Amino acid sequence: MDTLNLLMDGFASALTPINLLFAFAGVVLGTAVGVLPGIGPAMAVALLLPVTFGMETSSALIMFAGIYYGGMYGGSTTSILLNTPGESATVITAIEGHKMAKAGRASQALATAAIGSFVAGTIGTALLVTVTPIVVKFAVSLGAPSYFAIMVLSLVTVTAVLGSSKIRGFASLGLGLAIGLIGMDPVSGQKRLTFGFAPLVDGIDIVVVAVAVFAIGEALWIAAHLRLTPTRTIPVGTPWMGKEDWKRSWKPWLRGTAFGFPFGALPAGGAEVPTFLSYVTEKKLSKHPEEFGHGAIEGVAGPEAANNASAAGTLTPMLALGLPTNATAAVMLAFLTMKGIQPGPFLFENEPDLVWALIASLFIGNTLLLLINLPLAPLWARLLKIPRPYLYAGILFFATLGAFSVNMQVADLWILLLIGLLGFALRRFGLPVLPLILGVIIGPMAEEQLRKTFQLSAGSVSGIWSEPLAVGIYVLIAILLILPILISFIRRSRGIQSDLVETVLGEEQEPAKHQTELTNEKEQRVGKDES
Amino acid sequence: MTIVVGYIPSEEGEAALATAIDEAQRRNARLVVVNSSKGDQLVDDRLIDAKQYHELEARLTQSGVDFWIERKPQGIDAADQILQAAEAQRAQLIVIGLRKRTAMGKFLMGSVAQRVLLQAGCPVLSLKSSNDW
Repeated sequence: MDTLNLLMDGFASALTPINLLFAFAGVVLGTAVGVLPGIGPAMAVALLLPVTFGMETSSALIMFAGIYYGGMYGGSTTSILLNTPGESATVITAIEGHKMAKAGRASQALATAAIGSFVAGTIGTALLVTVTPIVVKFAVSLGAPSYFAIMVLSLVTVTAVLGSSKIRGFASLGLGLAIGLIGMDPVSGQKRLTFGFAPLVDGIDIVVVAVAVFAIGEALWIAAHLRLTPTRTIPVGTPWMGKEDWKRSWKPWLRGTAFGFPFGALPAGGAEVPTFLSYVTEKKLSKHPEEFGHGAIEGVAGPEAANNASAAGTLTPMLALGLPTNATAAVMLAFLTMKGIQPGPFLFENEPDLVWALIASLFIGNTLLLLINLPLAPLWARLLKIPRPYLYAGILFFATLGAFSVNMQVADLWILLLIGLLGFALRRFGLPVLPLILGVIIGPMAEEQLRKTFQLSAGSVSGIWSEPLAVGIYVLIAILLILPILISFIRRSRGIQSDLVETVLGEEQEPAKHQTELTNEKEQRVGKDES
Repeated sequence: MTIVVGYIPSEEGEAALATAIDEAQRRNARLVVVNSSKGDQLVDDRLIDAKQYHELEARLTQSGVDFWIERKPQGIDAADQILQAAEAQRAQLIVIGLRKRTAMGKFLMGSVAQRVLLQAGCPVLSLKSSNDW
């Protein structure tokens, strides 16, 4: 009952005209950045940070939540119409969605994606309301060793389990942790990795890193690949669904939600695994398995619901533990820290108004998204015709402004450029960006918990496994790391390829997004030579 | 004798192409069809794809004129592309399609047609998509 009252208070503050306006601005912006490939909600939130300096914390957070959910909706539009997933969470949607669009069923694909996202987002947010207070109660009792273990778990899963290549993932994570180490040692006051350069003593701000990696890195990458042959969209009308489509969609929506939320809520995070699982399940359960691979509506409905439910789930560790598991949540937490609010289990106790206004705004944002996405899908697709030089000039402008406004020091601009080059290198060599960002933000947090652990155990290493939960998590990490090796070993020794293993490994071996683009480019070049 | 026509798959483009073919048949001239894109947009419907290329080729073959199609997916500005082709061929005539645009729209987006009209060294025939009176 208590929760419900708090939620109603949240609605009261989220439904004020000014907050409603920010929620609307957020969802519009979020859909826009979701539609444009290469620009995601994380970049948008990072770029908007300086704009929010003068704003109410709750209004800004409501806008960010709108961007976060909007990005998920927008991503599916590009996947379906262009077959270029805006982000990793919608890769699976593109498989069936684009086939549907090619077969002239783009409207139905867009409709099932939007309505499925709405259903999953609403159920997911409701689950968030019920689950998060329980997690908070549990989290308050956790000691430093358990926290450290949870952070290690999230870093390892994001790096080793979700990405396409473990070595690339760990390389990226290592870079992130190294950047996170720069600055003054929080305990001894020793300067680390500053190379005698004064502005580095305070460390590199997460905002500068995020803006550099997402905005500058992407802009450089696009600049290097600007002259690609343009693709063509598939013309669409207003999304709608027939009776048959509804009948085939509602079960996948619910099943997708069931997959998505728990995976998002785990401190491991990521929407890739639940979307993939949802796709495989729908393929197995479908009454029309022959349609899979040629545009089956279940293959769009399930994964789309899964990715939105996992987006809602991701907010659980973020609000309850102060632990981000994706880039957007990381930047949102950085924003809270900038505003002097300490994220963590005490957030619910210290800032109930803020948290519940945020959660209420998620319900509102989700409804707004359905309203602006369903009738306006063809309009959103037109965003793809913006000449990219204009678009990226604007992004670079806001990136520079944002990085400068954090500390008002010129040195930050040089750091921005340097890390931007690093971001370009990451894309060039196919390294995932997420481990780096999480390394930068979770690294110092994990260090703090590790230091506390050692202080409690008087410097003894055994302090790390002094809590039962911590031991359990380390065992889980060990299983996660060893299992894939074991599976491939068994497979090799038996010489039999089980169906599931094959599909799972086939998925893992799928090249990273930008690599796919590269091969496309090569194909196009070959195609041109022939003509 | 050469006629250069700027072609994009739109009503105006079709009108320009149809008139250019008529004109080429009448003057017994060679027709150069220019279709180009700067490649700066992620999605560009103005560039013809392989299917449209073959349809265009078939249509021109059927019309019996001597023709050449220039398709530049990563070219320079469309106006420059047309002017370059016209200059290289010492064209007698350039045919382009004009779309209706407000003064403000032109100010914001610039105009390929205006640049061709101003900078061409030969007569330019410009067409609207339909005859409104």
